[in-house]
Amino acid sequence: MAVDLRKNHYELFGLPVSFRIDGAALDKAYRDVQAQVHPDRFAHLSDLEKRLSMQWATQVNEAYRVLRSPLSRACYLLELQGIDPALESNTAMSPEFLMDQMAWREAVADARDSAQVAELEALQRRIRGEGKGLEADLEDALDGRHALDDARDLVRRMMFLTKLQHDIDNALEALES
Amino acid sequence: MALLQIAEPGESTAPHQHRLAVGIDLGTTNSLVATVRNGIAVCLQDASGRSMLPSVVRYRSDGQVDVGAVAQAAQAKDPRNTIVSVKRFMGRGLKDVAHVETMPYDFLVQDGMVRLRTTQGVRSPVEVSAEILKVLRQRAEESLGGELTGAVITVPAYFDDAQRQATKDAATLAGLNVLRLLNEPTAAAIAYGLDNGSEGIYAIYDLGGGTFDISILKLSRGVFEVLATSGDVALGGDDFDHRLFCWMLDKAQIAPPSVEDARRLAMRAREAKESLTVNEEASVVADLASGERVSLVISRDDFVAMTQTLVQKTLGPVRKCLRDAGLSPEDVKGVVMVGGATRMPHVQRAVADYFGQEPLTNLDPDKVVALGAAIQANILAGNRSADEDWLLLDVIPLSLGLETMGGLVEKVIARNSTIPIARAQDFTTFKDGQTAMAIHVVQGERELVSDCRSLARFELRGIPPMVAGAARIRVSFQVDADGLLSVSARELGSGVEARVVVKPSYGLTDEEVAAMLREGFDHAGEDMEARGLREQQVEARRVLEATQQALAKDGGLLSDAERDPIDQAMDALENLLASGNAAQIKVGIEALGRVTDEFAARRMDQSIRNALTGRKVDEIKV
Repeated sequence: MAVDLRKNHYELFGLPVSFRIDGAALDKAYRDVQAQVHPDRFAHLSDLEKRLSMQWATQVNEAYRVLRSPLSRACYLLELQGIDPALESNTAMSPEFLMDQMAWREAVADARDSAQVAELEALQRRIRGEGKGLEADLEDALDGRHALDDARDLVRRMMFLTKLQHDIDNALEALES
Repeated sequence: MALLQIAEPGESTAPHQHRLAVGIDLGTTNSLVATVRNGIAVCLQDASGRSMLPSVVRYRSDGQVDVGAVAQAAQAKDPRNTIVSVKRFMGRGLKDVAHVETMPYDFLVQDGMVRLRTTQGVRSPVEVSAEILKVLRQRAEESLGGELTGAVITVPAYFDDAQRQATKDAATLAGLNVLRLLNEPTAAAIAYGLDNGSEGIYAIYDLGGGTFDISILKLSRGVFEVLATSGDVALGGDDFDHRLFCWMLDKAQIAPPSVEDARRLAMRAREAKESLTVNEEASVVADLASGERVSLVISRDDFVAMTQTLVQKTLGPVRKCLRDAGLSPEDVKGVVMVGGATRMPHVQRAVADYFGQEPLTNLDPDKVVALGAAIQANILAGNRSADEDWLLLDVIPLSLGLETMGGLVEKVIARNSTIPIARAQDFTTFKDGQTAMAIHVVQGERELVSDCRSLARFELRGIPPMVAGAARIRVSFQVDADGLLSVSARELGSGVEARVVVKPSYGLTDEEVAAMLREGFDHAGEDMEARGLREQQVEARRVLEATQQALAKDGGLLSDAERDPIDQAMDALENLLASGNAAQIKVGIEALGRVTDEFAARRMDQSIRNALTGRKVDEIKV
């Protein structure tokens, strides 16, 4: 049985529903709420209560995980509006973005194959910069203009950058060992 | 949703009742049991004043089982039936265990797991560990003068699901109610009192007899957050002994020794290692079965030289752990040393050099884990006091995933995710008319299934025939606060639901555990049915008591119409209690659970709201 908290993740933590989030307030709310529902508070009680507490604590951890990262937070906001950003295929993306994707991928593959750690790290910094830019654009699209189609597009770009980021991390880890 | 009782910090549910709870460090070399007495954590001692119980179990040919020092003393005489360092075998297959070839046991493999053939028949590591736990439980009950409410058992943070489940099974077999499996580093941090205003990042360096663990903890405002954990499950003090042992064989030019001689020399090696912690030089004297006398002298410098690679080997996981946490050595505010092997001066020096500061060593490294476990057990048992208002947010040490096409792993839950956690992943059929799907659950970081630990395999059957790709099979993972996984799968696409729930269990199946308990070697004379009834009665009383308290406190959240079914279900359960029928009582408990769903949700909601506005329930109560 899924836990029905009857609230979205923002309401659970008593935070306003927006892409921009007060990180410190989120951390504090997470801890305050988890302190109420965590299984450690229920370890000496009935099996029923232990099980329920685990379900609540699971939900609270999930809410915190989703809201903490900009990408999952943006996806979640779109889902609240009934939009699944991952559902539609990339064919709907602009040709320009698809070209960008290919260029990035090639750059990472080249650097990895020729074991250029410095190049990989430089790419990582550039991608981080791009990510920051996307965050600002998302804030504008979601909180400012309420332009959901634009936001969905931006989320997909961010998904791509995140995947690229992982590829670079893996490549760096492989080169280190 | 049923009824949740909300205990405020500083308020146990039954204020005047102190529940007996213990912390147990089930160690590779030694095990300890501790409790909180008059607000202070202490290790409990045996009749001769020793608190450390050697983790050694001997199965005697006369049917008796010896545990501890007595068993240890018989090691050389009866190596095959005297099991030492059994923790290394918990939830393991034979290929996972280091130095198998030098061990004197008669191993066999059942269901992929290690078992040992002894004079009393085949024993699993779970059963061997249960013997150790039984002795500790008995020690505690005699010392505290009553039945235990429960125990916190510590495990290395790096233990995978198989090893955790095996540990919990052992505790169940020993008749212990497990309040929580607690990670050893977290226990150590609690023992050091790092909760009291110790803000910042701490590293827990734990070099035990058989395992090495490193954890990075973040402490802030009473919250212990494990940021990352790493380690080596086959590296510990025993390996230092082993190096010395090999050196001795080499120096004394002993051809492969007999099993008895090997034991004798291994014991001398350990003594020499311990001596070198305080002395610059140690002498080793051993009489072999042949009558030959081995007499050697080793300097600390030589010992350091032959074991430096082992010390360096611990720093690999340390670096990995810091990288996972996104930190550097200088971010660490303090380093806590755990495990007897950290007494070795060259280990302390290596740690000090790496972190650029002297590690914390003022608590006995052998006892620190048990003491921390006792403090947490006391809290979990409901004896929480106002100044113990902390929260442990632990993580899962290794990623969990599923096998997909081509023997690849699809990760479902990433390592270092905060527990409890649940995650679902959707899959589909790849053949037209496919009605079953094999699900293989694995744990590990590698991409290939063959490089990860296999946790469970099961089949989802009864999928309605559809074209390939039309079925939607959702596989759900749930990891509880003990770090234990359960998996379920169902087909969503057609609206037809097929469902399987698998709880992986290692070394022993649930049925085996139940059967062993039924054999009653621990609860001699007690009928299994009577036990089942008693458990249901206890649970029913707990639920009734909790409901009454909740109604007394927050009954105002309900309208009369909402309250009626609750009162009725309570009356019904009261009546069932007298019936003496375990199954019916269970039904009654579940029925009460159903009608209190909504009430529980409202109460939890209220408690969360109060927490967010920074008020305690007591303060807003009129």
